[in-house]
Amino acid sequence: MKYVDEYRNAHVAQNVLREIERLQTRPWVIMEVCGGQTHSIVKHGVDRLLPDGIELVHGPGCPVCVTPLETIDKAHAIARRPDVIFCSFGDMLRVPGSNGDLFKLKSQGADIRVVYSPLDCLKIARSNPDKQIVFFAIGFETTAPANAMLVSRAKQEGAKNVSVLVSHSLVPPSIAYILQSPQNRVQAFLGPGHVCTIMGYREYEPIADRYKVPIVVTGFEPLDLLEGTLMVVRQLESGNAVVENQYSRVLGREGNLAARKLVNSVFEVADRKWRGVGWIPKSGYKLRWEYRDHDAERIFEVKEIDTQEPAICISGQILKGIKKPHDCPAFGDICTPLTPLGATMVSAEGACAAYYAYGRHLERQKVHVTGIAGAA
Amino acid sequence: MCLAIPGKVLEEFEQRGMRMAKVQFGGIVREASLDYVPNARVGDYVLVHVGFAISTVDAEEAARTYELLEQMDQLTELEAPVVEEIAARKRA
Repeated sequence: MKYVDEYRNAHVAQNVLREIERLQTRPWVIMEVCGGQTHSIVKHGVDRLLPDGIELVHGPGCPVCVTPLETIDKAHAIARRPDVIFCSFGDMLRVPGSNGDLFKLKSQGADIRVVYSPLDCLKIARSNPDKQIVFFAIGFETTAPANAMLVSRAKQEGAKNVSVLVSHSLVPPSIAYILQSPQNRVQAFLGPGHVCTIMGYREYEPIADRYKVPIVVTGFEPLDLLEGTLMVVRQLESGNAVVENQYSRVLGREGNLAARKLVNSVFEVADRKWRGVGWIPKSGYKLRWEYRDHDAERIFEVKEIDTQEPAICISGQILKGIKKPHDCPAFGDICTPLTPLGATMVSAEGACAAYYAYGRHLERQKVHVTGIAGAA
Repeated sequence: MCLAIPGKVLEEFEQRGMRMAKVQFGGIVREASLDYVPNARVGDYVLVHVGFAISTVDAEEAARTYELLEQMDQLTELEAPVVEEIAARKRA
């Protein structure tokens, strides 16, 4: 039995692990979808506590990571304009575009501001009526209600100088896409707890059914992740493939109805490109036609920007669960959080950045067999 | 950045037709919209993501989650500058 003394409720964690071990008869590959879960798993070594043969692979659920380079370059082109105040969540400022990041642009004199809430943009707009306020509206379903509210309020208040550069991703189409890949290894998912707080988990039911994969909506505490894994293993071993909710203390099947309603009134589903992965049909949001006056891409008519990602980067395969950070020759060598080459290194919630933050780049010789208990 | 941060609703107020609250996160107090949690009241704990409460939780869950986010260095969004309306301030 592996080392869990540092866990709160260590005895509960120990029992969960014992039960997983008792049930397991063969190897299984399980993907956690959310970047917050990835971060927690790596920080607490959850993957290394699991019995050998239960492998956790890390999914595409980090919105900063999967924002396409082209969109970041568009953001830069808009932010450079002297008539623009460009607003963003702090996480996006460090992400390099083709020519440096937003921090660099800010140091060169662009008016770029970190905001706590998208609603701050309305205050900035009222204080600066002669400027165009552009918000970088990135995120998964969790962030969509906040971004939708900004757009809805801007229209309602007649704030003509407020617009959004939308880069919104949706989880269910991305996991369906992973399952459709001929190289797919993923046999079950730990679903994203906070995404489902908004959306509920009804949309995951046809995926579980169609692809015969168990999906367990899971929180991000270490014990949540262990319990979610147990629920998944129980299904896998008994041949079930349904959606279950480990995180029922926070969310229900329908999610947050008020939030969903506003999101649906402002956004519509659209195809979108994921950094490292490519285009996934119906996997994002765009603004509805009624809100076109607040669409930064229409207002600023940024031309299509041609970008190229480094050929050595395997982030696309990592995001699909086909490879792990240690499989990349650049990981921890020429690719680090300060000099990221691709999607999974550009944000702390990306798998490569999480592995790096917790020193796993130093173990590349030691850990090549996945599931080994390095820290035990 | 998809993780929501638990905090305690200290007071409610109305701002331009929105139901807002002052929410306490550890030692920091920030404003958040309560529009998506119609049942939340003063004294309740809410999960807040980028300035919007998205769910209510109990006190124990809130404390545990907050501590975990702190350990994971996931509270930086709370440090973003507070935006004041400059024009409004000049008039005052």
